Amino acid sequence: MAVTGLAMLAYLVAHMLGNLKIFFGSGDFNGYAHWLRTIGEPVLHHEWFLWLARVGLVVAVVLHAVAAYQLSRRDIAARPAKYERKRRRASYATRTMRWGGIILGLFIVWHLLDLTTLTVNPRAEAGHPYENVVASFRTWYSGALYIVAMLALGLHIRHGFWSAAQTLGAGSARRDRLFKALANGLALLLTCGFIAVPVAVMTGAVS
Amino acid sequence: MKLTLRVWRQRTPEAEGAMATYEVDGISADMSFLEMLDTLNEELILAGDDPVAFDHDCREGICGACSLVINGEAHGPERTTTCQLHMRSFRDGDTIDIEPWRAAAFPVVRDLVVDRSAFDRVIQAGGYVSVPTGAAPEAHATPVPKADADFAFEHAECIGCGACVAACPNGSAMLFTSAKVNHLNVLPQGAPERESRVLDMVEAMDAEGFGGCTNTGECAVACPKGIPLPSIAAMNREYLRATMRGR
Repeated sequence: MAVTGLAMLAYLVAHMLGNLKIFFGSGDFNGYAHWLRTIGEPVLHHEWFLWLARVGLVVAVVLHAVAAYQLSRRDIAARPAKYERKRRRASYATRTMRWGGIILGLFIVWHLLDLTTLTVNPRAEAGHPYENVVASFRTWYSGALYIVAMLALGLHIRHGFWSAAQTLGAGSARRDRLFKALANGLALLLTCGFIAVPVAVMTGAVS
Repeated sequence: MKLTLRVWRQRTPEAEGAMATYEVDGISADMSFLEMLDTLNEELILAGDDPVAFDHDCREGICGACSLVINGEAHGPERTTTCQLHMRSFRDGDTIDIEPWRAAAFPVVRDLVVDRSAFDRVIQAGGYVSVPTGAAPEAHATPVPKADADFAFEHAECIGCGACVAACPNGSAMLFTSAKVNHLNVLPQGAPERESRVLDMVEAMDAEGFGGCTNTGECAVACPKGIPLPSIAAMNREYLRATMRGR
């Protein structure tokens, strides 16, 4: 869970930074999207890098989900009887990891249908990602869905990053606060960075 | 103090249990929680009922025999063992819920008593050091850095009560096992079995049906001895190291 989670987190940082190019206008954003298809040329064929990244991401998502399923099965089996009364001390982010993960999984499907395959996109013009993004976020449901999903992402990363550090044995009493601060910082940075785009479209800052 | 107690009653491991409600009166704020239960049991015996079965031994907070989830918290509202919890932590007229540890690896034997022998088998798998017998060795013959000694001692404080497992929503024994592994693995006396210890104890822990760790942190909050949460990360580090080096 930790390794696949960190791989996806690294991708999200790059994805978020790329998204912010939308604030530099249609030319920059569409040029960036085109460049993504030319990475590695001429060693790699056109779009090969993109497809390698996609395959890697799908593998990471699937392994992450399978590991979560196996862990959950085992954990539920280890606690068959519930308490009549239980005072829970874990944070909201910690308690929502499973449902949050499912929400994020469903969002990824919607997100790909909206902006990659353009199946549900209101404009759906291939090769014009800037215009497609603007058209999508002009609909209230797309923007709302995106913002809710990014809040869920922030919570998931808040617990997930720190938890991954523990799992991989990087945590210690001395470094605990550092990892917690890093987790909070990453969660805040990614959530704000991603949400900036639909908010800008909805307020008319990007059109 | 007059209290209403809701206590888990279960006659045998196979029987269906249920919460039973009792009223106790004349409880002093200076009584320990177990003395309060003793008072309840005396009244039950006088009334011809079965007393409530619960584990206890030293009543000094050092043996790890007592348990009880009190109002949804392992060992109750204070950071101590149930035997060292006093009735001044409660108020007159309170309703107190008392339940046994809940985990697949800790089956209920009767009422509030659970079978914690799973912990013994985890210890047997590697919670020891192999030392030559004979006269006690000279204390300064094996130097131990102060930081290592402190780290070992912090983990040696674990009394194996099982509060970590009871508090964990996954019924995981990671905090217990990490306390035992870290205690011995950091010391020169534990070095010969450093790799096999962590591998064998984690294997034994998994075989007992404890859940996996999701880093909820509930265990470290419940621990009466304050074993810190990063202990689990330290054990994971030992486990990775042992996996790479082999036994």
